[in-house]
Amino acid sequence: MSENNFKVVNKRLEKIDSLSLACGKPMFCDDIDIKNMLYGKIMFSPYPHAIIKNIDVSKALKVKGVKAVVTYKDVPRIPHTTAGQGYPEPSSYDTYMLDKKVRYVGDRVCAVAAETLEACEEAISKIEIDWEVLEAVFDPFKAMEGKIIIHDEDDSKNIPDAKHNIAAKVPDLVMLKNSEPFSEAEYVVENTYEIPYLQHCAIEPHTTITYLDDYDRLIIRSSTQVPFHVRRIVAQTLNIPLKKIRVIKPRIGGGFGSKQEILLEDICSFLTLKTKRPVKIEYTRKDVFVSSRTRHPAVTKLKTGVKKDGTITDMELDVTLNTGAYGSHALTVLMCSGSHTLPMYKVKNNLKFSGRSVYTNLPVAGAYRGYGATQAFFALESQMDIMAEKIGMDPVEFRKRNYIKLGESSPVFKAMGEGREGVDQSITSIGLMEAIDRGLKEIKWYEKKERYYRLNQKSEVKYGLGMACMMQGSGIAEIDMASATIKMNEDGSFNLLIGATDLGTGSDTILAQIAAETLGVELNDIIVYSSDTDITPFDVGAYASSTTFVSGGAVKKAAGYVRDMIIEDASKILKEPKENLKVESKYVVSKTGKKVSFKEIANTAFYYHDQHQIIASASHYGRTSPPPFAAHFAEVSVNTRTGVVDIINYVACVDCGTAINPTLAEGQNDGAVVNGIGHTLSESFEISQNGTVLNANFRRYKILSTKDISEIKSIIIPTYEPEGPYGAKSVSEIGINGPLPAIANAIYDAVKIRLFKAPFTPDKVLKALKDSK
Amino acid sequence: MKKLLKNKEGLIEIGFRLNGTEIKTSVKPNETLLELIRRLGYKGTKKGCDTGDCGSCTIIIDGIAKVSCLLPAFYAEGKEIITIEGLGDVSNPHPIQKAYADSGAVQCGFCIPGMIMTTKFLLDRKPKPSDSDIKHALDGNLCRCTGYVKQIEAVKIAASKINKK
Repeated sequence: MSENNFKVVNKRLEKIDSLSLACGKPMFCDDIDIKNMLYGKIMFSPYPHAIIKNIDVSKALKVKGVKAVVTYKDVPRIPHTTAGQGYPEPSSYDTYMLDKKVRYVGDRVCAVAAETLEACEEAISKIEIDWEVLEAVFDPFKAMEGKIIIHDEDDSKNIPDAKHNIAAKVPDLVMLKNSEPFSEAEYVVENTYEIPYLQHCAIEPHTTITYLDDYDRLIIRSSTQVPFHVRRIVAQTLNIPLKKIRVIKPRIGGGFGSKQEILLEDICSFLTLKTKRPVKIEYTRKDVFVSSRTRHPAVTKLKTGVKKDGTITDMELDVTLNTGAYGSHALTVLMCSGSHTLPMYKVKNNLKFSGRSVYTNLPVAGAYRGYGATQAFFALESQMDIMAEKIGMDPVEFRKRNYIKLGESSPVFKAMGEGREGVDQSITSIGLMEAIDRGLKEIKWYEKKERYYRLNQKSEVKYGLGMACMMQGSGIAEIDMASATIKMNEDGSFNLLIGATDLGTGSDTILAQIAAETLGVELNDIIVYSSDTDITPFDVGAYASSTTFVSGGAVKKAAGYVRDMIIEDASKILKEPKENLKVESKYVVSKTGKKVSFKEIANTAFYYHDQHQIIASASHYGRTSPPPFAAHFAEVSVNTRTGVVDIINYVACVDCGTAINPTLAEGQNDGAVVNGIGHTLSESFEISQNGTVLNANFRRYKILSTKDISEIKSIIIPTYEPEGPYGAKSVSEIGINGPLPAIANAIYDAVKIRLFKAPFTPDKVLKALKDSK
Repeated sequence: MKKLLKNKEGLIEIGFRLNGTEIKTSVKPNETLLELIRRLGYKGTKKGCDTGDCGSCTIIIDGIAKVSCLLPAFYAEGKEIITIEGLGDVSNPHPIQKAYADSGAVQCGFCIPGMIMTTKFLLDRKPKPSDSDIKHALDGNLCRCTGYVKQIEAVKIAASKINKK
């Protein structure tokens, strides 16, 4: 099927919620007023590693308006993970709702509920704690020595090596061995690349409101990417029946992985159950920075062997992640750093991955758009340029020669899944060649390279161009499942009920487009309701680039079933065989020219003949996880006097299969790229010697604003993925993997210095320039 | 400006115009204007940081765009305040709201009301802004979803629509 045949899919239709959002409708978690509501507040640890020897809350309880103060003594002690992943979660059970021990500055100490926020704060100031302060460890390599043990509790589960602070590990995983390693290599290149603590910075802070309904069921209204996992994990941690819980996700103000985590829902629910009152907990911006989640800081060692003819002979990737005080997503981010990068290029002889995620007394890492691939693509794509230079080959040609082609497979797919073995697959769609060629043309690669070479001889500001290629997945094969229900109304409109979680990406819109395309109606004939565990069918939630591919598959199937029912009914009304009939513009039309409207079909079904509701549900899981591919191109200037790097132009070409909504797909790509440029130029936690984050605010943790960006261009390279709904693959994460290596390569092109530690701030650029002289 | 006094409960009585409606209310001395506006039911004005850095709480006070989280509620006394709800509604949106929705500039939408208020202030002063004008004007409104690309487009579309009127 080509894109020309589509009527609703692949069209630039307005996102269904955008006008309401632009008019300021009260659609977010905190935008409702609930009568009688209490405010909840968590007291955070001032120490990186300490034991609560004694805690006295009596003075806090006496503060006017305080309704509850809960400490570790009051809550069930149930080891669990906060990672909102499928069951059984591949993350260690190393977290407790509240614990006697605190493991980082920002860890939970206790929680308060009161009539006002001021009363909460006053109560917290009156809590008296006798601390036993323990020695802390902040460096993952020191932590592995095991002198200080962060998780010494005896009831945690599935920590592979608590005595050495190992939260997750992948031992030497040899995926290809055809010869003695590096024996055929003519050049061996080995480098270490580092990424610091980075935060998601969704503009809406994490917010949860809990209350009891008229049947005493617990209602959790939360800014979450994973409503069904929230329901399961809250039931687990509070030890209450799952059927007593309903989770509702309103519109949410961005997530990027930070809301794929059970951060407030458990404690807020506990306060509601204790006080029998509605409770709201809202993180402050500082709380979001320190006590939500971050990207895993990484030390990535990459050793590669290459021949002069451009053959990559060997590749060994070794990744050390700092997971902070708890091991949320520690194993899966680690594995994705290999599984999403190593299939990218063909390796002839030897291919090996090893890695570990290490506990430290620092903020907790978790899921973050890119999910390990961002860390490892910085290494791989920098190294591709280094290797190309060694063998005297154009880096573009070197990539074109080696990237995985249509129909080809990689041993990595089978060897590395998410927390377990993966699924064998071959590439069923790829537009990377077109992406590279289009990007070269768009950025005027060869003509500018020539011009800059001459210009750079004399100017203080030097210019350069760099590129990077990348891939990601589309859902987790054979794990992620989504489902959809579609029911027909008398006017020929449809309700689409989906567990899928729109976190601002536009998934409600693109899923409605898929339904409308299948049913032969317009987008506005589909009424979407999503993410309510009482009403919508199961979906794992919004992560792993799964929604378009997996949830889209479920919607297409459900819509197909409903279409078949409509045709069945139409066949009786028209007295025509089903084979003659098809849906078209809210009618069922026959080859003979007869037709009947959806309205009449629905009314007949409701009121006149063999009465029934036209309704169907369907589920879908991916048998494979077809990678989207992308080629990024950066044009930069480097001021050799000040060290300032400016991005002049950035072109990001992405093959996401069929873009169900090209405008929204471009938006995903733009946002990922600019987030990635932020990682590259300015973002990083500053952490004090006792593990306190010093720049937990937007003034000192610098994310890009309009003035910082120049020309950003997203280009969609159409392909057709046979496994995806209407040919679609994922698009949301891949774009964030490009800026670090593309800009590192461009800086090298400009000033011949190679930067291995992000971000590339002026001080680091100046130091590298000085060191190179 | 008249002298403001605390009443017996320690509250300050103020009066101002909000989206064209006269408001008489009493506020706590430490209440922020953002808190007051949201308390009055205007939830379109968002709290993203509470420290004046993200711009999500931008409103227009006597014709000038300001972040409401940094202002005390009593600052509203005697002022004319416009929030996102005062610009237009779904059935009759302001051209800026329509342009943002049309051009794909709204992803999660949390920063959008603030950004639209800043855009309104810009276009009131400069009906035909350059790219540089737009980037300077929106510099205080952070967005993590869009990369600003489609928002800058939206401002240009809105400007041309308003100018055609």
